Amino acid sequence: MPAGAGTWSFTEDDFAAITQSLQRFLADTNSRSALLVDRAGQLVATVGEQPQFDPTTFATLTAADFSANDQLAKLVGESDFSTLFHQGEKESIYLADVARRVILVVLFDNRTTLGLVRLRMKQAVQELTSVFDTIFSRGRDGGPAQPNVLHGADAEIDELFNW
Amino acid sequence: MINYASREITCKVVYYGPGLGGKTTNLEFIHSKVKPETRGKLISLATENERTLFFDFFPVDLGTIRGFKTRFHLYTVPGQVYYNAARKLILKNLDGVVFVGDSQLDRMEANLESMQNLYDNMAEYGYDLTKIPFVIQYNKRDLPNAAPLQQLQEALNPGWEVDDPAKQRVMPNPYHADENLVEQLSTGEWVERAPYFESVAIQGDGVFDTLKAVSTLILKSLT
Repeated sequence: MPAGAGTWSFTEDDFAAITQSLQRFLADTNSRSALLVDRAGQLVATVGEQPQFDPTTFATLTAADFSANDQLAKLVGESDFSTLFHQGEKESIYLADVARRVILVVLFDNRTTLGLVRLRMKQAVQELTSVFDTIFSRGRDGGPAQPNVLHGADAEIDELFNW
Repeated sequence: MINYASREITCKVVYYGPGLGGKTTNLEFIHSKVKPETRGKLISLATENERTLFFDFFPVDLGTIRGFKTRFHLYTVPGQVYYNAARKLILKNLDGVVFVGDSQLDRMEANLESMQNLYDNMAEYGYDLTKIPFVIQYNKRDLPNAAPLQQLQEALNPGWEVDDPAKQRVMPNPYHADENLVEQLSTGEWVERAPYFESVAIQGDGVFDTLKAVSTLILKSLT
């Protein structure tokens, strides 16, 4: 049976590349934290100040927010809205699409400006797009696939659900 | 998603089905029964009268395999027909589907409409329901106007044709003795049906059996 529609994986090296890029972006913009969320609503990485909220819930709502806005874009004749901005009194959120599969979410406050975040975001998105293009093409283009961690684990899977 | 850095496997399961069929009840029961340290918050984007508007969601950890924590994100969709735009969004990037059917005879048409809608919405994303982990739950089995199981199976789980000769061999149904998931009909055609469960979700009957079946299918699809 083929893997589910949303299955993908990333390595520790990928994670290091993602983290480095996000850390540079945070330092350049003086933003509080950056999160990467995949389109299925799963949290990929968090860099900077640890958020005070539940990150899993946040990631799910982020993906839903982005998906809903994608549809709004189509209704008004755009293919997508590649960025979204939610402005609060003190805290604001800026979201940007990365490689059509991942969303970069930046949390910032009045220690920086929207203009600076937006400016630096473009470069960060470019860097991350290149990382994720590599991740998503892995195995698919005949490149080396990640060794399958669950290969031959059928008996263990049955045992796992032996409640 | 398999995260080799944090050693986590995260899977997305969507509970689909007609309005008021018991999708949210399934999630609420699971949420109330699993240990608090293994689950996240249940969030519900609902209308004021508790009809699901966008989705209900919570994450649950089901254990560790080969050093990887297995985490399942459980979603429901809004069942009402006119919320199709929101419903379709939730299907994106899913790993497995549970169809929660309403056993009541007068909901048969709503069941069929929802099942057709599931096929159509999946097809729009290029997903093939016959190739993705898929489990059917017949809910409200305790009600006096519940349709006979056979009638529900014939309507909602008639089976799809198995073309691949390598897969044309009898596969017993692990959940029901004397039944098969893959078998040859008297017409000579080979068909495969989705695993199914009977439930009374409000009391929890069949709820964990369904979750266990879809989770097992998903993890095995990754092996």
